[in-house]
Amino acid sequence: MSKKEMANPRDAYGETLVELGGRYHNIVVLDADLSKSTKTILFAKKYPERFFEMGIAEANMISTAAGLASCGKIPFASSFAVFATGRVYDQIRIDVAYSKANVKIFATHGGISVGKDGASHQMIEDLTLMRVLPNMTVLAPSDATQTRRLVELMATTEGPMYARIGRANASVLYKKEDLKDLKIGKGLVVKDGSDVSIIACGTMVAQAVDAQEKLSQDGVSVRVVDMHTIKPLDEKLVIKCARETNAILTVEEHSVIGGLGGAVSEVLAEDGSPTKFKRMGVQDMFCESGEPEELFEKYGLSTPHIVKTVKKLIK
Amino acid sequence: MKQHDEEFIRKLDLTAVKIRKHIIEMLYRAKSGHPGGSLSAVEAIVALYFHHMKHNPKNPKDPNRDRFVLSKGHAAPTLYAVLAECGYFDVKELLFLRQINCMLQGHPVCTHIPGVEASTGSLGHGLSFANGIALAGKLDKKDYRVYVMVGDGETDEGQIWEAAASASHYKLDNLTALIDRNFLQIDGNTEDVLRLESVRDRWSSFGWYVLEVDGHDIEEIIDALLTASEQKNQPTMIILNTVKGKGISFMENNIDFHGVPPNEMEYKLAMKELDTAQKALEATL
Ligand SMILES: Cc1ncc(C[n+]2csc(CCOP(=O)(O)OP(=O)(O)O)c2C)c(N)n1
Ligand SMILES: [Mg+2]
Repeated sequence: MSKKEMANPRDAYGETLVELGGRYHNIVVLDADLSKSTKTILFAKKYPERFFEMGIAEANMISTAAGLASCGKIPFASSFAVFATGRVYDQIRIDVAYSKANVKIFATHGGISVGKDGASHQMIEDLTLMRVLPNMTVLAPSDATQTRRLVELMATTEGPMYARIGRANASVLYKKEDLKDLKIGKGLVVKDGSDVSIIACGTMVAQAVDAQEKLSQDGVSVRVVDMHTIKPLDEKLVIKCARETNAILTVEEHSVIGGLGGAVSEVLAEDGSPTKFKRMGVQDMFCESGEPEELFEKYGLSTPHIVKTVKKLIK
Repeated sequence: MKQHDEEFIRKLDLTAVKIRKHIIEMLYRAKSGHPGGSLSAVEAIVALYFHHMKHNPKNPKDPNRDRFVLSKGHAAPTLYAVLAECGYFDVKELLFLRQINCMLQGHPVCTHIPGVEASTGSLGHGLSFANGIALAGKLDKKDYRVYVMVGDGETDEGQIWEAAASASHYKLDNLTALIDRNFLQIDGNTEDVLRLESVRDRWSSFGWYVLEVDGHDIEEIIDALLTASEQKNQPTMIILNTVKGKGISFMENNIDFHGVPPNEMEYKLAMKELDTAQKALEATL
């Protein structure tokens, strides 16, 4: 595999906040003692009066963000995915989702590639938790470029939103101009193919592209879909994949229950589609400390796993 | 203490009785809801909306308005009755509290009830929400104020203390909180459920300016609200010493009326007591 350009989506997030902060004076940013990791610190340095350090008090952060939104601010509230969702589910449910507050919850360190901090910090349920909330938009950008674009769309699109990225550097999949027409709720066909569709989100899109390259050498034609929006899901695209390819595989750095795989399977089941279908992700379990690659390998999310699963699926 | 026009205060007292009548009527018709904590909160909310706060029912979203957040959302009937009497919506709506296809939800919701600032019902959120409003006010250099009422039992919640620390840290002197200190929650006396005393010391140790008033004395409440708004560099907590179920003899300090509406007999008795109170007040005017 050729050496790919890498960039960190967290840097992209922080830098985009700074950029948007200059353009939109009603953007405010809140963080809960993790601004160095989430990169909101970049905004804090540039616009200290619009940055609110909330301390290790995530519940207060979310409800405060909702109060700010009620006065016309566009608050971005950040923490690790595990603390930005599960810890504060009730605050998000009432103050953000039920209230249709224009709050943007932007979480970093989603998934198992958090690595050595272990299962306490490896959030694999957030997409499910956020997806089930009425009024909530749920995003999982796949690379630094897409992160920039989606953060911009979050700022300019009214309504409650949740986005999650990982901790690690990610292969750069897009150039800026590739994404100028990007829309929330519209998946991207990154590679076209006819045998099987891999629908992936977040960090797993790059893995899927790698798998596609390997599989094409073996004569398997793979379509790769970057499903950056988990909700509202691009159902049309899912059904199109079901019609045009023989099998669908979802891949996410998340539990197989209720996230991207859950959402896609709901669409396929109701469509009555006979397409072969498989969800890849973390099985119903907590993982452990380790290097991201080691974890992907052990818990079935590495490129070879995807290749193997595709081959089995279309046999 | 400042001297107020006696008649003006009596009129607010009369409004409070009127609100209590609405509350009893609403809960009786809804056949569910929370009388105790609605009744203990009446005078403070009346003092805010009928005297102290700068607000305009004709323009509920006026960016310069003062805001009130009812963090103890189960006292929704009080808020709704006050909003209706102020003219935010038709008083007739009150009769349809908690009914399907009607506007007034069991707990406040900000998306479709005019005048409701925050969706509440899950206890412990409202102070944080109010902090957000206060921070926005500071950022925009607006001179509106934000008021928030919490239950005493509600302050068992950890989030309240996150918010208490935050309001003090950010020196939110445009924020006034009021605690409905009725000493009761669902499972018993607050001091038996999870000790709160000293409420005063707790809040002042978090950096708040603390005032304490008789929560059923409108004159004391409006004086405290004024004092609070003159306070600089710190938020104020007004401890409202109240009686749960206030105004209806058999509901007062009666834990059974936390979340149970009056039956027909109780409804009639309650209305009779309120009529008597109303007449007595009217006689003084
Ligand atoms: C988070 C949460 N837990 C539990 C409840 C159920 N609940 C409703 S009212 C109440 C007691 C509230 O007591 P207090 O704050 O003292 O209110 P008041 O006495 O003024 O009615 C409880 C536990 C709730 N609404 N929210
Ligand atoms: Mg109480």
